[in-house]
Amino acid sequence: MKYFYLVWSNMKRRKLRTSLTLLSVFVAFLLFGLLCTIKEAFTAGVSMAGADRLVVRHKVSLIMNLPVSYGTRIEQIPGVAQAVHWTWFNGIYQNEPKNFFGSFSVDPERFFSIHPEYVIPDDQKRAWLSTRTGAAVGRTLAVRFGWKIGDRIPLTSPIWPRKGDGAWEFDIVSVYDGAQRNTDTSGFFFRYDYFDEGRAYGEGLVGWYMVRVTDADRVTEVAKAIDAAFANSPHETKTESEGAFAQGFVQQVGNIGAILIAILSAVFFTILLVTGNTIAQSVRERTEEIGVLKALGFSNVLVLALVLAESSIIATLGGFAGLGLAWFISLGGSPIPAVLPVFYLPAQNIVIGVVLVLGLGILTGILPALRAMHLQIAVALRRHA
Amino acid sequence: MTNWLTQLASITLFNLRTVGERKGSALAAAVGISGVVAVFVGVLSIAEGFRAAMTISGPDDVALVLRNGADGEMTSVLSREEVRLIGTAPGVARAPDGPLASAEPFVMINLPKRSTGTDANVPLRGVEKAAAAVRGDLRVIEGRMFELGRNEIVAGAGAARSFAGLDVGHKLRVGQNDWDLVGIFSGGGGAAESEIWTDAAVLQPAYHRGESFQSVFARLTSADAFDAFRDAVTTNPQLKVKAFRHGEFLAEQSTMLTGFIRGFGIFIASLMALGALFGALNTMYSAVAARTREIATLRALGFGAGPVIGSVLLESLVLALVGGAAGAAAAYAAFDGFQAATMNWQTFSQVAFSFAVTPKLLATAVIWAVTIGFLGGLFPAIRAARQPIAVSLRET
Repeated sequence: MKYFYLVWSNMKRRKLRTSLTLLSVFVAFLLFGLLCTIKEAFTAGVSMAGADRLVVRHKVSLIMNLPVSYGTRIEQIPGVAQAVHWTWFNGIYQNEPKNFFGSFSVDPERFFSIHPEYVIPDDQKRAWLSTRTGAAVGRTLAVRFGWKIGDRIPLTSPIWPRKGDGAWEFDIVSVYDGAQRNTDTSGFFFRYDYFDEGRAYGEGLVGWYMVRVTDADRVTEVAKAIDAAFANSPHETKTESEGAFAQGFVQQVGNIGAILIAILSAVFFTILLVTGNTIAQSVRERTEEIGVLKALGFSNVLVLALVLAESSIIATLGGFAGLGLAWFISLGGSPIPAVLPVFYLPAQNIVIGVVLVLGLGILTGILPALRAMHLQIAVALRRHA
Repeated sequence: MTNWLTQLASITLFNLRTVGERKGSALAAAVGISGVVAVFVGVLSIAEGFRAAMTISGPDDVALVLRNGADGEMTSVLSREEVRLIGTAPGVARAPDGPLASAEPFVMINLPKRSTGTDANVPLRGVEKAAAAVRGDLRVIEGRMFELGRNEIVAGAGAARSFAGLDVGHKLRVGQNDWDLVGIFSGGGGAAESEIWTDAAVLQPAYHRGESFQSVFARLTSADAFDAFRDAVTTNPQLKVKAFRHGEFLAEQSTMLTGFIRGFGIFIASLMALGALFGALNTMYSAVAARTREIATLRALGFGAGPVIGSVLLESLVLALVGGAAGAAAAYAAFDGFQAATMNWQTFSQVAFSFAVTPKLLATAVIWAVTIGFLGGLFPAIRAARQPIAVSLRET
């Protein structure tokens, strides 16, 4: 600890340079934290997928519908515990295309038992079961539009017009929460019976089924059995695990992971170079003093450690501040809830960030430190003579 | 004035000649700026390419008609009778055998992406025989066009590039139908290239669509005829439809994704630019600090403060331009023409496109580089000019 003062004084001798270096490290890690948050936002569906759940959809395309009667048939297949159907409603609030969110018609009783990640109080569940026009709304969505229980919400749907061209009206009976931080609570769920009776066409059709199996180890087998049951019917199915389904969805957008990693590499390479150069320069300028230190009896290892300590302190201060700010921003919630409903910085990314901070400190300091260590006293002292 | 310029020129040249002695820090600043430029150009070229693919094929004299209340082709339905009425509306160009209008059923099928093997939503469009004449810029580049009445399909060049199984001669099984892929067509790089086409009359029964269509594409007699055409179809009491110019419709359908990518790219590049600015400031401050005595000597010899400031600024600008040019060149080499396909959330379907590094993008990037160079040089330059001569001369 007694050498800390020495390191600190060295950092203070060019305050401007030290602060600028600190700031660039800070920016790099702020960017790192935010990019990790964005990546998580895109891939949240994959990491929260239930291991014991399957998605059954029309083989030709997700947008083609399946008969509602498939539900009972799926539940008769051995290994299936329960099946709930979802239908994409495409609801739009106040006729503003930007007021768009995920809205689905479901069977309320089965819905919450298959999706334990949505947490709903019992009284709200009962209210939904007894209100035909009732809707369960996720927390983020309720916050986005300032909705609360008891509100009556009119929605229009370009896919499912209501008989007689009227708007659909829903009564909010529940605001559900997510069981975990990465649970998407931007959904709007309402009852299938109300929907089926009101729609102008398409009675008896649903979008896809979410299936819970009795044994998570048998998902592949059960998926095959489901597809086989409907083979050669007018509505052939494609069944896959929820994880694979979500992964496929993300892949539709493109390889987001690869793009973000490419950007991050560019950022880190740049910062490494800029910081490394600054530290190297400040050590070069002190050649003479390092000579004096060595002449006073400082060991080679101690000199190495002093320089490394300096670079590590800069990396740590700047890096942790950047990660901290990114974390703080992610706490504030998504700036664009319509596109990225889930918005948080996962713990494992914070760990990676910390490792990178330490790595950056050592990497930027090691060359100048080795140079200082190998410096010969006589040469160093004579430099300006 | 001439004297001032001569002073500026001589100090700047002197400075630049000594860059070699500070190559480490000069390189760091230049690389920092090139990183910003590369990321900026790289990310925004995605948005540019996507927008270009969506809008390039929408000439002003082609109209698109959808059902009222539909937000895209997927959610629109038109009956045979409505289609007939639209075809006879004023402003629609006519060929000897009927109006230049094509009523088109439109569905989505799943095909695996060539790059990842995972399923993607690919649009399958049924067209009538006027379709190619309506679009105008369509030509078959491999194989041949499908024959009317047969289970044959042709794939757009972008779709063929992006999705597995879209090769000429390949038989594609979709649901319970088999399709022979007989040709690949190009549509001038536009939206149609991401689609698969077949005969409308074959597609309808295959997808239980009866006599219904999703949209009507019509070539107008001229771009000016659009207003009359729109008024005629929207005021006809037998029709509940809306009409768009095809180009405007496509532009509107690409706003969400291009807006998102642009916002994202500018955000990332701004943060990086901040980091690079700190790097440039550091470099120029140390450049000035290392030359304290030289600058003081020059000032003692009678050089003005202006040329000293100007010379430091110029050096920083030169570094920024070199770095920016390198970054822009790297981004151009790496990204221009890069083939990709992504999901357009507004249509829920895949769009195949190429990244486009446009001249405008490069110009903007160079402006960013110059701005960073200017700011990075300005403050060190002012410090250089303000150093007290007597003290600086004594500095060791």
